[in-house]
Amino acid sequence: MDKNYMKLEFLSRSNNESFARVVVAAFASQLDPTLEELSDIKTAVSEAVTNAIIHGYEYGEGTVILEATIEDNVIEIVVIDKGKGIGDIKQAMEPFYTSKPDLERSGMGFTVMETFMDDLQVESEKDVGTKVIMRKKINRSIDKE
Amino acid sequence: MGFTLEVKKPNLIVHFYGELDHHITEKARLSIDQKYLENDIKNIILDLSQLTLMDSSGIGLIMGRYKNVISKNGKIALISSNVYIDRLIKMSGLLKIINVYSNVDQAITNLER
Ligand SMILES: Nc1ncnc2c1ncn2[C@@H]1O[C@H](COP(=O)(O)OP(=O)(O)O)[C@@H](O)[C@H]1O
Ligand SMILES: [Mg+2]
Repeated sequence: MDKNYMKLEFLSRSNNESFARVVVAAFASQLDPTLEELSDIKTAVSEAVTNAIIHGYEYGEGTVILEATIEDNVIEIVVIDKGKGIGDIKQAMEPFYTSKPDLERSGMGFTVMETFMDDLQVESEKDVGTKVIMRKKINRSIDKE
Repeated sequence: MGFTLEVKKPNLIVHFYGELDHHITEKARLSIDQKYLENDIKNIILDLSQLTLMDSSGIGLIMGRYKNVISKNGKIALISSNVYIDRLIKMSGLLKIINVYSNVDQAITNLER
């Protein structure tokens, strides 16, 4: 496996959170990840897509873009929304920070993405949107070379 | 549906199935809080043992129910046996305030104390 790519667009509805997880899991399966790696990837995707829906579009209608690229044994996942954007990215990424405590958010989303993936990058501009880029190396595929 | 409710007074037991994400927590929160208003219910047992995945929305749901039971002098107990979910619970710091048991009977016994 050298390179592969996928792109998916869907409406910002909460029942698409599970859809996004299933799609990424199916795409990632070509790297033959362990159950733990797959669980990490699905959880991280769940966090990013949920954020796009509840923070980016604030439950309004919008399009969420999900891209995944496999290069050698690394999967890169990109989640994009054209919503509200983040004013202060550093503060947003702090553990337990949430702008919506009234919605029972735990503020752990970015921490989960950071912990469960190898690499996390957040690009955002107010009123333009947010792009979350995550990478994870799937170790098992090395043995198969 | 993602979850079922069971009443064993003074405990409300919530059994979750499959994947607990933001979509499911929004529904679960309403059902749990409504049921919790019934007389003679004090404690909430959240049975996560049949979950295959939980994200940080689940942590928010647990924290929110914790606040509710405190105001009724009740307790929250978690049932978990999944290593991935345990890892998230550990990360959240919830273990400082909530006990985790390996099955519902064990939780009930401990809540009676
Ligand atoms: N896609 C997004 N668009 C706008 N704001 C976002 C987005 N993702 C995250 N944020 C901001 O970053 C904060 C922290 O996100 P996160 O760690 O996932 O915690 P939570 O979702 O529980 O609030 C959010 O409360 C929100 O203010
Ligand atoms: Mg979040």
